Amino acid sequence: MELAKQTTEINTTDTFIQELTTLNLGPTHPATHGIFQNILQMDGEKIVSGVPTIGYIHRAFEKIAERRNFYQITPLTDRMNYCSSPINNMGWWMTVEKLLGVTVPKRAEYIRVIVMELARIADHLICNSILGVDTGAFSGFLYVFQEREKIYDIYEEICGARLTTNMGRVGGMERDLSPVAIQKIKDFLRDFPAVMREFEVMFNRNRIFVDRVEGVGPISAERALNYGFTGPNLRAAGVDYDVRVMNPYSSYQDFDFEIPVGTKGDTYDRFMVRNEEIWQSLRIIQQAIDNLPEGPFHADAPEFYLPPKQEVYRNMEALIYHFKIVMGEIDAPVGEVYHSVEGGNGELGFYLVSDGGRTPYRLHFRRPCFIYYQAYPEMVVGSQLSDAIVTLSSMNVIAGELDA
Amino acid sequence: MADITNEQLIQRLQEKFGDQVFDIQEPYGLVTVTTTRENIIPILQALYDDEVLQMQFLTTLCGIHYPDNKGQELGVVYHLHSLVNNIRLRIKIFFPEDDAVVPTATNLYLTANWMERETWDFYGIRFEGHPNLIRILNVEEMEAFPMRKEFPLEDQTREDKINTFFGR
Repeated sequence: MELAKQTTEINTTDTFIQELTTLNLGPTHPATHGIFQNILQMDGEKIVSGVPTIGYIHRAFEKIAERRNFYQITPLTDRMNYCSSPINNMGWWMTVEKLLGVTVPKRAEYIRVIVMELARIADHLICNSILGVDTGAFSGFLYVFQEREKIYDIYEEICGARLTTNMGRVGGMERDLSPVAIQKIKDFLRDFPAVMREFEVMFNRNRIFVDRVEGVGPISAERALNYGFTGPNLRAAGVDYDVRVMNPYSSYQDFDFEIPVGTKGDTYDRFMVRNEEIWQSLRIIQQAIDNLPEGPFHADAPEFYLPPKQEVYRNMEALIYHFKIVMGEIDAPVGEVYHSVEGGNGELGFYLVSDGGRTPYRLHFRRPCFIYYQAYPEMVVGSQLSDAIVTLSSMNVIAGELDA
Repeated sequence: MADITNEQLIQRLQEKFGDQVFDIQEPYGLVTVTTTRENIIPILQALYDDEVLQMQFLTTLCGIHYPDNKGQELGVVYHLHSLVNNIRLRIKIFFPEDDAVVPTATNLYLTANWMERETWDFYGIRFEGHPNLIRILNVEEMEAFPMRKEFPLEDQTREDKINTFFGR
């Protein structure tokens, strides 16, 4: 690091010498929630400039994906934004379905909406409660983490995994919502609002918290758009761009919900927007579970959807399809697709180029974290170190998504 | 919100740029055009300033490598989005591998900064005029551009895995 080595001394005038301190914030700093480094130039307590270094957990997903079958790429997407893996999974399946021209039945779409909104709640809960921890309020974190565990229990009931879910299949879900899962979702919808209200009471108008976060790390709507912000961070700046409404996917047009927006784009607005989005997600889940349509939970696409295991043992066609899918004998159409979903942090896009082979020719992930994290130096210059920490956690930069 | 259809967008592009954009397609409902690297920045600027289209949001930018297209091996793909009109546009440029230089879009979009660094990092496409074109995700000492097709993912000396049966 050239920057880290040099001890900067700038002679501004002959009368005084301004001496800058170089501070390495990270790569493994307990307050940065992930492995990324910021080399800060400090003038006393004030940050003069910051240079982010990223890539510490780069795992070459785009390259690996070029040799993986479509159904083997979901585990890669899990590990991007690991706070809301189901959204990544569903976004990937929808991209593949778009390429293959598979129509997903309504019931599967509703189930997907439920898991995606649960994931959004889990994602926002982590961000906001950790922000509380960074400002010195630890209890709120523990209160909501208990509820987050219940979300993970629901994932477990739906797909068997908790963190890296690998949920869904081409054309729908791998299995239907079990009665236990439905009961758990209903229990969550019943119990969670009380906890969330408690959390909000603890923070929203708390003098210490508000003084700590208001006006910290602001960004204007113009700058945010130019920096490619999406998701809660953009909405906190006052732009109501939400992929769920602009380009509805997976039956989002059926649901009634609002997009909260902020005004100043500071840490407090980001916190409030995320809190409100949790309430809106709850509304969506409630509507989806109330109006859950009957019918199949996956598309009738035998060429892409693995047959039930029992059928494979008994039925010739099922055995053939099973073999063809697993061995990657089914070619995809030639074409290129861009599909985006509203991830926990913003527009999560998949640009998939297929040359007709069994694997993608090129797969590019539009990772919202990677794109908006470059605005971080601009947002913290002029503020104090402790404000930089708070800004970082309110932006919800997930290292896995940042580095792919 | 004044939504614009794909036909209107294509018509507008042809009116504005004429022969500068070619190979106009609509794969899966997303208008895709190709242009040359000399024209890319003027076109992006014109789309940004256009009072009807207002294509002011750069969704993503990435490289792509077709080693078999001689003379046009490398490419850059821009995904633009007009948040006012809710329409997307994909612009591609292609150029030879041994002359992989593209003018930068950072003067127009701040967000292009890291996207172009990533493209340089993985494809070795040099963006002329970029303020800080260094590797971003890989280590600085790295010499290769790993996303190019000539770099195989797996050890090519393996004998237990036959490409004809498994993978590409």
